[in-house]
Amino acid sequence: MSAAAITCQQLTKRFGERVAVNSLTLTVPKGSIYGFLGPNGSGKSTTIRMLCGLMTPTTGSGTVLGYDVMTQSEEIKQRIGYMSQKFSLYEDLTVEENLDFYAGVYQLGAAERRKRKAELIEMAGLAGREKQLAGSLSGGWKQRLALSCALLHKPELLILDEPTAGVDPVSRRIFWEVIHELAEQGITVLVTTHYMDEAQTCDWIGFIFFGNLLAEGTPQELIGQMGANNLEDVFIELVRREEARQAAEGGAR
Amino acid sequence: MRRFVWGRYWSVVKKEVIQIKRDRPSLAIALVMPLMLLFLFGYAVNTDVNDIRMAVWNQSPSAASRELIDQFVHTKIFQVTASVGGYRELEAMLDDGTADVGLVIGPDYTRQKDRGESAHIQMLVNGSDPNIARTAVSNAQLIVQHQAISLQEKKLEKQGMGELTMPLELETRVLFNPNMESIVFNIPGLIGLIMQNVTMILTAFSLVREKERGTMEQLVVTPIRPLELMLGKITPYVGVGLFSFCLVLFVGTAWFGVPVKGSIGLLVALSVLFLVTTLLLGIFISTVAKTQLQAMQMAFALILPSVLLSGFMFPRDSMPVVIQWLGGLVPLTYFLEILRGIFLKGVGAEALWEEIVGMGAFSLVILAVAIGRFRKKIE
Ligand SMILES: Nc1ncnc2c1ncn2[C@@H]1O[C@H](COP(=O)(O)OP(=O)(O)OP(=O)(O)O)[C@@H](O)[C@H]1O
Ligand SMILES: [Mg+2]
Repeated sequence: MSAAAITCQQLTKRFGERVAVNSLTLTVPKGSIYGFLGPNGSGKSTTIRMLCGLMTPTTGSGTVLGYDVMTQSEEIKQRIGYMSQKFSLYEDLTVEENLDFYAGVYQLGAAERRKRKAELIEMAGLAGREKQLAGSLSGGWKQRLALSCALLHKPELLILDEPTAGVDPVSRRIFWEVIHELAEQGITVLVTTHYMDEAQTCDWIGFIFFGNLLAEGTPQELIGQMGANNLEDVFIELVRREEARQAAEGGAR
Repeated sequence: MRRFVWGRYWSVVKKEVIQIKRDRPSLAIALVMPLMLLFLFGYAVNTDVNDIRMAVWNQSPSAASRELIDQFVHTKIFQVTASVGGYRELEAMLDDGTADVGLVIGPDYTRQKDRGESAHIQMLVNGSDPNIARTAVSNAQLIVQHQAISLQEKKLEKQGMGELTMPLELETRVLFNPNMESIVFNIPGLIGLIMQNVTMILTAFSLVREKERGTMEQLVVTPIRPLELMLGKITPYVGVGLFSFCLVLFVGTAWFGVPVKGSIGLLVALSVLFLVTTLLLGIFISTVAKTQLQAMQMAFALILPSVLLSGFMFPRDSMPVVIQWLGGLVPLTYFLEILRGIFLKGVGAEALWEEIVGMGAFSLVILAVAIGRFRKKIE
């Protein structure tokens, strides 16, 4: 097995005329936390959906855990945990029923199921809310439940699309503690976020804008390269430069 | 990896059962709607014609002419609702619909009859409802012929011919539905139609709802297989549909008095096959539609032709061959044959094997198509 959990070469996704992801090439090393940054509409979710097998890339190639994203998406699905940007568990099912359903779908045996459920409810701090309808949970709790469901089958790779959007600072801190704990256990994490303090704690950062990967490296490398003070400045500077470049191109044309 | 996993299927079944139980309004509709439709249509789709309203213009009042009018009334098919004094009045009543037919007895009727001359009577018929018009005309002819023959007999007897016997007599025996009541024919068909409509709509929403709510995105990244998902989704509804079917069956037999001549066990078993077929049809709609509204529209687009093509409304035998073939593509067609066969004729499985095979084949094809169409993607 290679040392990369995710690789992709020239991965492209078009929706009609619109290019959502443009010839993206990136590598996510095994066991690392990879922060995927970029402004709204830059193509983060689309990239993630292609990697999960939810969308077929228009062109390009990629592998997830050694499996081809074009042809082996079912093998990939067995081994990854995914949390989508929008809450996508059953709101009319309780916390426990949601966990039970996904445990069944991932074919956990009865003993294993009981054990994993207890572990995850403990980890997510959902104890006491097992009988609550998922739809009636507040934002932060919904995200914890979604994470628990994504972790039931002990995936090797966890893909989280804005897991902390709309979550209060305390819960965000707890959430990221969990993410780091998981990484220590050897799970690879690909995560998108708009919070730079969170991105700061990642092992790797990829920066995407208008579907193009503009920069890649460790947080320190990026800050150093740009001569910035922090990641926030890096983000703003990258966006400014890219917009200036595009304006110049547009003017030249 | 590619194998059907019962555990995953069973998880879907359990999840669906919980969701159905929590969705009380939908469950109520699934259970109560068939009953309501049965009552509604049971009374509305009554094609028996009786009490045709008749206005009479009797220009020759006498015992003889009154006897003739009584003949009409005795059949129970006609009822005299008005006595008029002229064509204008009669036509006005036909125009505004207060009368269906008008009987005109000419001024010479009694005289002609007494003299043994040929007497003429006239009937005006509102032909806008062909069913009523046909019944009126054929029955009026029968009544008048009957009257004419008995007059002839009396005349010949008077001339000393003695007791007469008819040279030709037709004796008919109607099998299966001796009173030729349309309700006996309609109720089994109605049961089939209602079950089709209600169950198809139940599953037509199922996958679309997950797409609309976004839960499909999470489901699709799991290793679940389309077959497990679809069968898991229809299984609870087979139960709901079967319960509802038994309710409708009970009311159809107890309230409308339509007996089941054949085996109830066979009827229920074949209904399960039919329910599976229509539920799969609903799932198929669910794979095509993008929104619940679209699913609804598609379901109705299938229901309307099925009413016409299946032989529910009009006998299939009198349809052009091409239309009959099209009817063969509608599962309701087979089920109607089965229902009417078991209800009215009391036949067993051996007489229905063609329909059973047809319906089974249909359900397998539609399942294959639905699975082929379903992509574990969210585009
Ligand atoms: N199913 C789709 N059909 C058409 N266009 C789409 C579709 N999904 C995404 N897009 C477009 O592709 C582009 C990238 O969208 P994407 O959701 O990947 O952005 P994002 O980086 O995740 O943004 P955000 O930070 O707001 O979540 C956007 O312009 C979006 O409008
Ligand atoms: Mg996004």
